[in-house]
Amino acid sequence: MTILDERISTAPAVRPTGGSLLDQFELGLNAPICLTWELTYACNLACVHCLSSSGKRDPRELSTEQCEAVIDELQRMQVFYVNIGGGEPTIRPDFWHLIQYAVSHQVGVKFSTNGVRVTPERAAFLASTDYVDVQISLDGATAEVNDRVRGTGSYDMAIRALDNLSVSGFKDAKISVVVTRENVSQLDEFKALADRHGATLRLTRLRPSGRGADVWDDLHPTAAQQRDLYNWLIQAGPNVLTGDSFFHLAGFGEPLPGLNLCGAGRVVCLIDPIGDVYACPFAIHDNFLAGNITALGGFQNVWQNSELFADLRSPQTSGACTKCQHFDSCRGGCMAAKFFTGLPLDGPDPECVQGFSEDALLQVGRTIPAASQDHSKPSKRGQEPVFLQLGMLSPATPPVHGCAQSPIAGRDPGAS
Amino acid sequence: MVMLDEPWQLSPDVALRTEPFGALAYNFRTRRLTFLKRPELVAVIAGLSAGADVREALQAASVPPVQWCAYLKALESLAAAGTIQPRGCIQPQQQEAAS
Repeated sequence: MTILDERISTAPAVRPTGGSLLDQFELGLNAPICLTWELTYACNLACVHCLSSSGKRDPRELSTEQCEAVIDELQRMQVFYVNIGGGEPTIRPDFWHLIQYAVSHQVGVKFSTNGVRVTPERAAFLASTDYVDVQISLDGATAEVNDRVRGTGSYDMAIRALDNLSVSGFKDAKISVVVTRENVSQLDEFKALADRHGATLRLTRLRPSGRGADVWDDLHPTAAQQRDLYNWLIQAGPNVLTGDSFFHLAGFGEPLPGLNLCGAGRVVCLIDPIGDVYACPFAIHDNFLAGNITALGGFQNVWQNSELFADLRSPQTSGACTKCQHFDSCRGGCMAAKFFTGLPLDGPDPECVQGFSEDALLQVGRTIPAASQDHSKPSKRGQEPVFLQLGMLSPATPPVHGCAQSPIAGRDPGAS
Repeated sequence: MVMLDEPWQLSPDVALRTEPFGALAYNFRTRRLTFLKRPELVAVIAGLSAGADVREALQAASVPPVQWCAYLKALESLAAAGTIQPRGCIQPQQQEAAS
């Protein structure tokens, strides 16, 4: 047995026991709790903040048989449910087959969609299944705000999908919103919209990942807005879901419901459309690539034995943050947010609510890491809403889907 | 109320996944995930079906009698969450059908 094996899970004599559940999570688990699986990089939209820079299908995309093998393995590892996204997963011709395959193999599914294929017929099918949860992406409570980020017509498409679901009797769909500077004032409207559709509101954090890197400076909530968001979330309590994505706000005072820690490689990870395994859905970059599921040993071997994940599960140095009185609540914030804004991983989150990252963000010479992949479609000028921000490239590609949070929509590589 | 001399079992909707700290219990029906923080408690739950009653499951997992009260309390909250359920006794709907 290698040292790595011992460190991860198989030798209780080495692994510290007891302590809080969070302490134990930081040391890693036998299998992930929250696994995101992006089925395709293809997307009918081109959202400016797409986390995975989605647009075009990757020709190496896993086949139906390979996807079934992944599900078989998740069943063996007792990964009880999986979050499916993309790209727009429903445009894979075998999508409906794969979700049926998953739920019949004891792997529950929650999938994220922009709604493009949620027709009345599909909605009726979804209403008839157990273990399938649907999450519709929407980044504005009005078409005006939403379509600026997700593209013309995307608001109507999402609302149509929600209507189809509620008419068919599908219970408790999720409306998933990436909170931005432009929609943070619409939280009450989002909640009302969810209530009208018998749905649950889910808010997540704008990450500077994928195309998000290009719009983050202009779209991430201001310090004052973060405070408002925190107060709103505290008041909303567990009735509004957050995917535990706002734990950096815990520095304001009491922690928000959920796990307040970075789960990357510890309790969460991402399988991408070609089978690459990344530490988390917000960290699609070579630096966070743990392995590929098509290699010998499959996903289990990557999860349990990759060097990257072993590192993430070993005690982390937290640099300047260790001395901060709020460290125990925010734990230094989000690794991906630091990485993609060019901040040191052992320092404060770029949105540190105590303001400890402000100087670092202003530092001359801060380098934003180059993206290691981009699936954006070539832009079609004139089809997209223009993203009016000083110094911004105007987005020109069609809107992307919501789980594919790609910020720099419409960036024309040829134009820069 | 979970009593020492009652037969209990893991709910058929629930799957246990062993973890270094204990186990995850996932309820496929309610989609609720519960964390079991003590490997000894996991052993008791996993052994509920094999024992004639809760007492036997506690003994089989080598839980010292002085801790039984604490374990009964833990089982109580798992029963409330639907993770475990009484075994062999007549379920409410069956009772109605029988009467």
